[in-house]
Amino acid sequence: MSQIHVSTTVNGDAVEFLCEPDETLLDALRDRLGLTGTKEGCGTGDCGACSVTVDGRLVCSCLVLGAEANGASVDTIEGLGQGDALHPLQRKFLEHAALQCGVCTPGFLVAAKSLLDRNPDPTETEVRYWLAGNLCRCTGYDKIVRAVIDAAADMRSQAAQS
Amino acid sequence: MALDDKHGVQTRDFKIVGTRPVRPDGLEKVTGKARFGADMALPGMLIGMILRSPHAHAHIRSIDASKALALPGVKAVVTATDFQDPGDGLRDILENCMAGEKALYDGHAVAAVAAINRSVAKRALALIDVDYEALPHVTDVDAAMRPGAPALHEDAADESVPDGWSKNVVRRYEFGHGDVDAGFAAADEVVERSFRTEAAHQGYIEPHACVASFGGDGQADLWCCTQGQYMVRATCAGIMGIEVAQLRVTASEIGGGFGGKTTVFIEPVALALSRKAGKPVKIVMSREEVFRATGPTSSSSIDVKVGMTKDGRITAGSAELRYQGGAWPGSPVEFGAMSSFAAYDLENVKTVGWDVVTNRPKQAAYRAPGAPMAAFAVESCVDELCKTLGLDPLDVRLKNASRDGSKASYGPTFDKIGLTATLATAKTHPHLSAPLGPNQGRGVACGFWFNFGGDTCVSMNIGSDGTVSVIEGNPDIGGSRAAMSQMAAEELGIPFEKVRTVIADTSSLGYNEVTDGSRVTFAVGLATIKAARDAIEKMCARAAALWGIPAEAVVWEDGCAKPAGPNAGEHEPMTLAEIAAVASETGGPIAGHYEVNADGAGVSFATHVCDVEVDPETGATKVLRYTVFQDAGKAVHPAYVEGQFQGGAVQGIGWALNEEYIYGEDGRLQNPGFLDYRIPVASDLPMIDAVIVEVPNPGHPYGVRGVGETSIVPPLAAVANAVSAACGVRMTELPMSPPKLLKAMSQKTA
Ligand code: FES
Ligand code: FES
Repeated sequence: MSQIHVSTTVNGDAVEFLCEPDETLLDALRDRLGLTGTKEGCGTGDCGACSVTVDGRLVCSCLVLGAEANGASVDTIEGLGQGDALHPLQRKFLEHAALQCGVCTPGFLVAAKSLLDRNPDPTETEVRYWLAGNLCRCTGYDKIVRAVIDAAADMRSQAAQS
Repeated sequence: MALDDKHGVQTRDFKIVGTRPVRPDGLEKVTGKARFGADMALPGMLIGMILRSPHAHAHIRSIDASKALALPGVKAVVTATDFQDPGDGLRDILENCMAGEKALYDGHAVAAVAAINRSVAKRALALIDVDYEALPHVTDVDAAMRPGAPALHEDAADESVPDGWSKNVVRRYEFGHGDVDAGFAAADEVVERSFRTEAAHQGYIEPHACVASFGGDGQADLWCCTQGQYMVRATCAGIMGIEVAQLRVTASEIGGGFGGKTTVFIEPVALALSRKAGKPVKIVMSREEVFRATGPTSSSSIDVKVGMTKDGRITAGSAELRYQGGAWPGSPVEFGAMSSFAAYDLENVKTVGWDVVTNRPKQAAYRAPGAPMAAFAVESCVDELCKTLGLDPLDVRLKNASRDGSKASYGPTFDKIGLTATLATAKTHPHLSAPLGPNQGRGVACGFWFNFGGDTCVSMNIGSDGTVSVIEGNPDIGGSRAAMSQMAAEELGIPFEKVRTVIADTSSLGYNEVTDGSRVTFAVGLATIKAARDAIEKMCARAAALWGIPAEAVVWEDGCAKPAGPNAGEHEPMTLAEIAAVASETGGPIAGHYEVNADGAGVSFATHVCDVEVDPETGATKVLRYTVFQDAGKAVHPAYVEGQFQGGAVQGIGWALNEEYIYGEDGRLQNPGFLDYRIPVASDLPMIDAVIVEVPNPGHPYGVRGVGETSIVPPLAAVANAVSAACGVRMTELPMSPPKLLKAMSQKTA
């Protein structure tokens, strides 16, 4: 099977890779580009551990083909913070102890960022429904939901100051 | 070794223990840098994949891999013939990793292949010919016990099993004291009911993954996600027939375990493939493989009888518990039978447990293994008696609760325990007086777990700049590095940030038992404190030598060695950093060590309160409010203690309402994925209120008790009691899925 050449942008950097025609974006990110921050929990679109955005749209990268990334802009957990500075969501996850094992965390952070991009002031219910596609088996979600709401408040007050 | 703090825990003002610092491994985990099982790659690595039985029970007549081996890119195929018999202790584990003469469940591994990449490996699997002769199967626990049921093994039962049962009944356990018949005769009201629970999977989000590298010189390295690298080493070395020192196992970061990663499934297979192919081999399970071929917990069938007087005194309790543990002996029914009535101080109590094999995957531990289903059955009966007699469920539990000095139903006498403290705290909590609306109900239940200590080893290195490395051997599954750093900093009297805790591979530190039994914060914490005391003693001796005074004349206070006593003389206190800086001149590097088989873990109790609303049209249950009251002894990092309470409660809610292994007539698992095996999601749940109660454990220098497991014990019953109250029917089967609830409600009206 001949491989497909893909030119794409990942976390702002232009990258190229070869992949199999049936290879998922998740596998391409992890195995071809070494970006193992995006996790595989199921491979069937049911857990959200593989959440990334493609051209700003939140997707399960296990349900997207690597080839589909051609010409697109992909953002992953590795691009969430800027340099040494953590994104407010990352900081609030740490402050609230919103991770236990941490394997779901990259997916939650990417999904939560996508929520706050659209809705800077979500209610608890909105947070819970937006994140309903992300499974966490450790935390019972309590501290995750609190961290997202607190990060949103933090970002709003930062935005008001600037 | 006896613990010198056994009597009289120091009551002290903690500076760092009890605070909520950011965990030291946190940054890596929020930035995607942390390396979990599947994140490892080695140069020249092959990809391994496993062929699994489509039959619930079958003879394997032959396996022909010649076509697979002829496929370009395939480097090795292994089957059971590539393994030697490892002997009694490991035979079941090996057979579970790779079927021998029979495939014993749907998903049982029968062959494995290593190839240059995943697509070649996948094609190779399809080319392996297995000739099966299908056999009759049984997946239900009660059916498996009946004489004449299809037998999995000819002689797996031991002498505890009386005649008259099928060969699938493999162990019988009995616990209790007093005279239950006399107790029931003295009761004003007796309830007797039968309960069933389905198998639930631990549901860790990270599938099993490993990379094995077996060198031609007989040395091997293994990287894997596990709750215990030393267990992996012992098991795999035994199966591969090598000495433990030749196998180094490194635990990756672990994406959840809950007991499910306390054994091996793919690691020996990867090692065998690597030995045969002469290259490193990586195996990562798919989610479907995780469901079909790793260990969920047991399904159960339980009969319970409880007698009570009009004023709420329990006169007797008995239970008969039947757990199937998959295709080999080892279901946690013994723990179920031991823990059933542990929350009650009873004069007359008897429990009997039956361990049963079926054509299902070999069960693995799941958080307080065996206890939640037993608590579901017992706490449902107690709830029913309270309702019938018009008594308050918390008052009745307070009246009968196990206390300090109570003789436990499973034998020992309780030391200092916190059950009544959790009940008393619950009684005054606003949750208990909050009003309920139509179709809503409130449930209360208690739970118990033994907790465990075990073999533990910690090293502590004092750096020349005054920083400290703690080296421990238990994977950090939910903040334990933070807890160890806190205890080390507390004991040494230095800031939290000056300590870094790392997790050793099996060659770098002595043996440590698996991360299980809620043991880590207790036992590794204890060893960390003792290793710190060892280092302190050495630092005091160094200061004494510099001052020219006896070592006994030096004390350690606030992170400094200070002269003390009449003959100590006047010397400026020396800080840890000052002593460390001149260590080379005073005798060389300074390190503390501690090794122990820790006892005194201190049992743990919890009380849970749950409000639900049941939709009479759909049978769907919504959890409205949930509060956990649990004794933590001393909460080292309260945020992670709360996290354990919340996570356990939610796993229990899932088990109670939704989660189940569904087997078809053909004995095949019908729901091996997260879509059809539905664990709770964020929108299913309210906040989970976590109330930490602290009754210090006399067996730990700071009073710590393990907290990880007890939290899953009460929820099955708390939710069932709430649902039963909401819909007016006693629910005795889990999960209480909408179809079951609709049926129960319609039978009530009919
Ligand atoms: S791995 Fe993509 S949704 Fe689970
Ligand atoms: S923190 Fe472990 S799955 Fe979410």
